[in-house]
Amino acid sequence: MLRVDIEKQLGEFSLSASFASEGRVIGLFGASGAGKTSLVNMIAGLLRPDRGTIVIDGETVDDSTARIHVPTWRRRIGYVFQDARLFPHLTVAQNLDYGRRMNGLAPDPAQHKRVIELLDIGALEGRRPGKLSGGERQRVALGRALLSRPRLLLLDEPLGALDEGRKLEILPYLVRLRDEANVPMVYVSHDVAELRQLATQIVMLKQGRVTSFGGVKVLT
Amino acid sequence: MLDISPAEWTAILLSLRVAVIATLVATPFGIALAWLLARRDFWGKSVLDALVHLPLVLPPVVTGYLLLLTFGRRGLVGGFLADHLGIVFAFRWTGAALACGLMAFPLLVRPMRLSIEAIDRRLEQAAETLGAAPWKVFFTVTLPLALPGVLAGMVLGFAKAIGEFGATITFVSNIPGETQTISSAIYSLIQTPDGDAAAGRLVIVSIVLALGALIAAEWFARRATARLHGN
Repeated sequence: MLRVDIEKQLGEFSLSASFASEGRVIGLFGASGAGKTSLVNMIAGLLRPDRGTIVIDGETVDDSTARIHVPTWRRRIGYVFQDARLFPHLTVAQNLDYGRRMNGLAPDPAQHKRVIELLDIGALEGRRPGKLSGGERQRVALGRALLSRPRLLLLDEPLGALDEGRKLEILPYLVRLRDEANVPMVYVSHDVAELRQLATQIVMLKQGRVTSFGGVKVLT
Repeated sequence: MLDISPAEWTAILLSLRVAVIATLVATPFGIALAWLLARRDFWGKSVLDALVHLPLVLPPVVTGYLLLLTFGRRGLVGGFLADHLGIVFAFRWTGAALACGLMAFPLLVRPMRLSIEAIDRRLEQAAETLGAAPWKVFFTVTLPLALPGVLAGMVLGFAKAIGEFGATITFVSNIPGETQTISSAIYSLIQTPDGDAAAGRLVIVSIVLALGALIAAEWFARRATARLHGN
């Protein structure tokens, strides 16, 4: 499903990671500054590795020796950022529909309905992002990413900007997403409890190196 | 209220036509340049930036004279355009539009550039992750978010174009019905005995147009802020 073997120098910081996973939810665990976001940005194509390969769903999207670097917009990934990044000039409904339009996909009302119900965002569709709470924004961002029909969903600390109460509000949606949406995910977090609930596999990152890889028990 | 004569109307309508065409033609170039200056780093960027602002600081008569040398009938570009494409600028209203567009360009570009610089680039990244090719990102995210700034630039450029005098009169002279704009009409009138009343009327018209444009530009700028905050 996902194979990563890369090296990247970012100023003083060097990142070198290698893992392959067929897991449904790969939990990318590490303290802040461990290189988690850089690694996810490389999988998304927003950052280009100095050396190495990235393979998503059998397609090589990065290969430094073959000079392959598929641009972000052609990777068919979904990316949920910590700060939602909804488009402020569009309504929630237009935000949700954005990925489908950009990819030139036919409307799929059934899928739309499923995602809306899964995330409980039907009542928000007519609103502007500026009028949403942090938790609502994050749910819409999840829906927007899912509705672009990605083959891999990247979630970079999607609960990171929320307080405890909001986190508990969103977490069940993420569990449902894992069990029902049928899209493999890379879930970045520095929160052990979160990953225990969500991840099926863990990649542990420390100062730019993978220190362990395996089932959720490596978190102990 | 204002008893505007047919000759004065001619000047007013010509000014409007010149300013509208100048603004519309300058806008795509202005957006492209604003984007280039806001988003790209390249060799000679500061020179390009200075060149864009040059009409703002150069004596207008110099700009007009340079236009005459370049776009006049015997000018390098003007001669070519006249011989091969049949486009003539010298002593035509199109020449007035060219002069006004050039003089207005720095004012037109600036708000556009500022509004593009103010856009959160992470939104453009988000659009890319959703499958939008770079040109689609520009038209669906960058441009709509910059739109109030683009409109503000157009309004300011229009206001400048409608008031332009020095470069226009140097380049295309002061021919009633062809190149005599409000400004050059006022200039002629105050040199004519008994021209004061007519000049006064045109002065009022230009004050109203300029004020209206400034208020519109301010309104667009406020809309820009609201838009960026998602309300």
